[in-house]
Amino acid sequence: MSDAAVATAAPKLTRKDFVSDQDVRWCPGCGDYSILAQVQKVMPELGLPREKFVFISGIGCSSRFPYYMNTYGFHTIHGRAPAVATGLKISRPDLSVWVVTGDGDGLSIGGNHLIHALRRNVGLKILLFNNRIYGLTKGQYSPTSELGKVTKSTPLGSVDYPFNPIAVAMGVDATFVARSVDVEAKHLQDILRRAYEHQGSAFIEILQNCNIFNDGVWDSLSDKATKADTVLLLEHGRPLIFGKNRDKGITLGSDRRLQVVTLGNGASEEDILVHDETNRPLAYMLAHLEHPTPIGVFHATARLAYEEAMGKQLEAARQKLGPGDVNALFNRGETWIVE
Amino acid sequence: MEPMTVETQTVGTAPTKRREQRESVVIRFAGDSGDGMQLTGMQFTTESALAGNDIGTLPDFPAEIRAPAGTLAGVSGFQLNFSSLEVYTPGDNPDVLVAMNPAALKVNIGDLMPGGILLADQDGFDAGNLKKAGYATNPLEDGSLAKYQIIVVDMTGMTLKALEDLKLSNKVASRCKNFFALGLCSWVYSRPIEPTLNWIQDKFKKTPELVEANSLVLKTGYHFGETTELFAVQYEVKPARIAPGKYRNVTGNTALALGLLAAANKAGLPLFLGSYPITPATDILHELAQYKNFGVYTFQAEDEIAGVCSALGASFGGGIGVTTSSGPGIALKQEAINLAVMVELPLVICNIQRGGPSTGLPTKTEQADLYQAIFGRNSDSSLPVLAAATPGDCFNMAYEAVRIAIKYMTPVILLSDGYLANGAEPWLIPKFENLPPIPVQFRTEAEGFFPYLRDPETLARPWVKPGTPGLEHRIGGIEKEDVTGNISYSPANHELMTRARARKVAAVAQDIPPTTIRGDQAGDLVVVGWGSTYGSISAGVDEVRARGKTVSQVHLRYLNPLPPDLGGILRRFKTILVPEMNMGQLLTILRATYLVDAVGMNKIQGQPFKVSEIAAKILRLLEG
Repeated sequence: MSDAAVATAAPKLTRKDFVSDQDVRWCPGCGDYSILAQVQKVMPELGLPREKFVFISGIGCSSRFPYYMNTYGFHTIHGRAPAVATGLKISRPDLSVWVVTGDGDGLSIGGNHLIHALRRNVGLKILLFNNRIYGLTKGQYSPTSELGKVTKSTPLGSVDYPFNPIAVAMGVDATFVARSVDVEAKHLQDILRRAYEHQGSAFIEILQNCNIFNDGVWDSLSDKATKADTVLLLEHGRPLIFGKNRDKGITLGSDRRLQVVTLGNGASEEDILVHDETNRPLAYMLAHLEHPTPIGVFHATARLAYEEAMGKQLEAARQKLGPGDVNALFNRGETWIVE
Repeated sequence: MEPMTVETQTVGTAPTKRREQRESVVIRFAGDSGDGMQLTGMQFTTESALAGNDIGTLPDFPAEIRAPAGTLAGVSGFQLNFSSLEVYTPGDNPDVLVAMNPAALKVNIGDLMPGGILLADQDGFDAGNLKKAGYATNPLEDGSLAKYQIIVVDMTGMTLKALEDLKLSNKVASRCKNFFALGLCSWVYSRPIEPTLNWIQDKFKKTPELVEANSLVLKTGYHFGETTELFAVQYEVKPARIAPGKYRNVTGNTALALGLLAAANKAGLPLFLGSYPITPATDILHELAQYKNFGVYTFQAEDEIAGVCSALGASFGGGIGVTTSSGPGIALKQEAINLAVMVELPLVICNIQRGGPSTGLPTKTEQADLYQAIFGRNSDSSLPVLAAATPGDCFNMAYEAVRIAIKYMTPVILLSDGYLANGAEPWLIPKFENLPPIPVQFRTEAEGFFPYLRDPETLARPWVKPGTPGLEHRIGGIEKEDVTGNISYSPANHELMTRARARKVAAVAQDIPPTTIRGDQAGDLVVVGWGSTYGSISAGVDEVRARGKTVSQVHLRYLNPLPPDLGGILRRFKTILVPEMNMGQLLTILRATYLVDAVGMNKIQGQPFKVSEIAAKILRLLEG
């Protein structure tokens, strides 16, 4: 029976079906609550039976996520969720496998697995909660903390340059790269739906507030008073326009760099770049744009998912050699009889 | 003995040759790592097996893929013991040494039996190669090797001459010279060359000119033996009396791969191998990668950690996850293995041990990862540990590892080593239908389901495939509450769960067959071994017993838990000798477990024990 057939036959699911019986133990006010709520809201709408969802996480605050989802879940070890999820997805392509990770889990200790999962285009939906701090270990700087970050482990400020998660994902040719914000409920839901529909790896950086150790890190992007001027909404086929008065836009300057221009000030709407998710070079440039900060889908492109490619190889081998015969394999090569 | 040199040989009427019987012969092929000595050795092995002999092999090759040609570092060797009697080892000292250059001679001549045959390639002993090997004069001519029978043959020259008409480049043509050596040795020991001719046909089918060249050179070497006066005698080693049935040769790594595949098929589960290339384990990945039509998933991961993690992910999904590596890789995997201990999923971890610590001796053998397997994880973390005794036994123990992993819902470590991995022996081919059953029960019933509700007999928790409706649940590395599997930090629950995990692994003992004692059931001395020392110990024990002395042998395949009858057996002997290729790891465990005053015998040279070493130690102990 196909997944679609199951979906129509099954009773309609609601958000409550995805809420587990475990008490949520994140700090009150944590951005994770909103992300959890959006995921639980979107899941029932996707048309896949609940038992087909699996949430896999590593270690860190975000990695408690699977315990709160009433789906199959696996809370693994620090940084390794993409590797565990890869083994599952390869051997069980029928499952919808979601990885929940953070800036420390996914980009520090587990950076290797993250980039290789994306490079291979394994069909995982990877949610990277980026709060630019280590929360569970009580406030050390992370690989996405800004240069000069003062924390308990860097009392004089950090001296290493941070990762840009979107640029990392673009750098390994990920096929779906997006950013959203914990409190932007509707936007985040849309991005989650897009990620689910994407064939292959989907990488979503979710800007998330840690109200205990790095409070307000994304305030300028979520504050209603400022966000219109600080956030650039990426929409496929739409001009890159932003600002409270929708009077600012992004152009390609004569120096072939992205430029922020004010409309009417010598620039017209025709000069503004139109977002194209399939345009990889444009996504590279947008990945490095900081002011304004783009949110939305930077890049989405079709490429055969790893597990599909492997499945095809197995099928081709079966077609060519027939289903395996263990006894024939035992007897392969030179044999002889001892009487 | 004066060296005899033959430049060319006119093939004419073959002189009549004497035929002599030999019980067993040990031959070592040695040359530059580019000379094809491994291939020559493997083919000679196949020929010998087809001639009905029992065999044991030991490849010995450098860690460098291509060390500078002609240097000592680049010498590659392959030793084969073929016999009309039961063979336990590749033999201590070769009766015949084939040396393709001076470096090969220098590295290996010390092992050749006095009076043994040294067969050398004249062309390889040129001034340049002699200098590279550090010889001031040609040892083949300066009388320094007088205690051996030196036979110098211009193998390269004759190879080139045989190939004159084929218009191959000199480089390509001279690379066929190993087939000359193989052909010649095949004649000397009355081996059939047809299997090698067939093999050449298959191996080089894409380059017909190499099929022709190698076949021609092989025959030339064989016919040279027949016609030359250098060899007055042709030797014959009669077939061995081994258990009847159908045989083939297997290396330990091939047998291990077949064991995993057979077990997965018996269980009806997809086999998933997550692995990262590492010597000497990589051939298992190569082997399983060929079995795609069996539905085997082989995933070459980005690192050792991802290898084991992906395997665990596949086990979570309802497959049988396997990872293969060697000591350094296992060190990286231990955190994930501990996760498997905690979430109680089946997983098979194969450690093909090599010399260590750190990078150590990648291509040399050692059995020094027993502590790592049993104790090498944080906290109280018990899991079953098995060890294969011979190349063919790698099949049995791989099968057993999968069976135990599934039955007890636990990771299992299987220990092999470089010696077993690359060594070959005749393998009595099993019938798939006769292999023991491996029942698998996936829980599908939602009523009364709890993730950590244990089976009363095995203490295993239920295995549920994601995708099963109504059984959605979460597992993870945080301590679990008994029965429900929810997160629990309760002190009493932690102790209860720690003890439950340990009890479950201890329960595996009920599956261990009664321990076999070779020799008397009680007495003065028992030799206790594990892993690849089986051959040397068996042969050493037999040698001592042949002298009328009393000595017994116990070989362990289950290292954790230990066989339940072992303590009683050990107490029936006055002295317990534990030979190991490490500093005494099983020794410590036996002493601690049974409070017995066992004594160790330890060799840490990257080489297996010699039979004579074991026998001498036993005799010394018996003489007290």
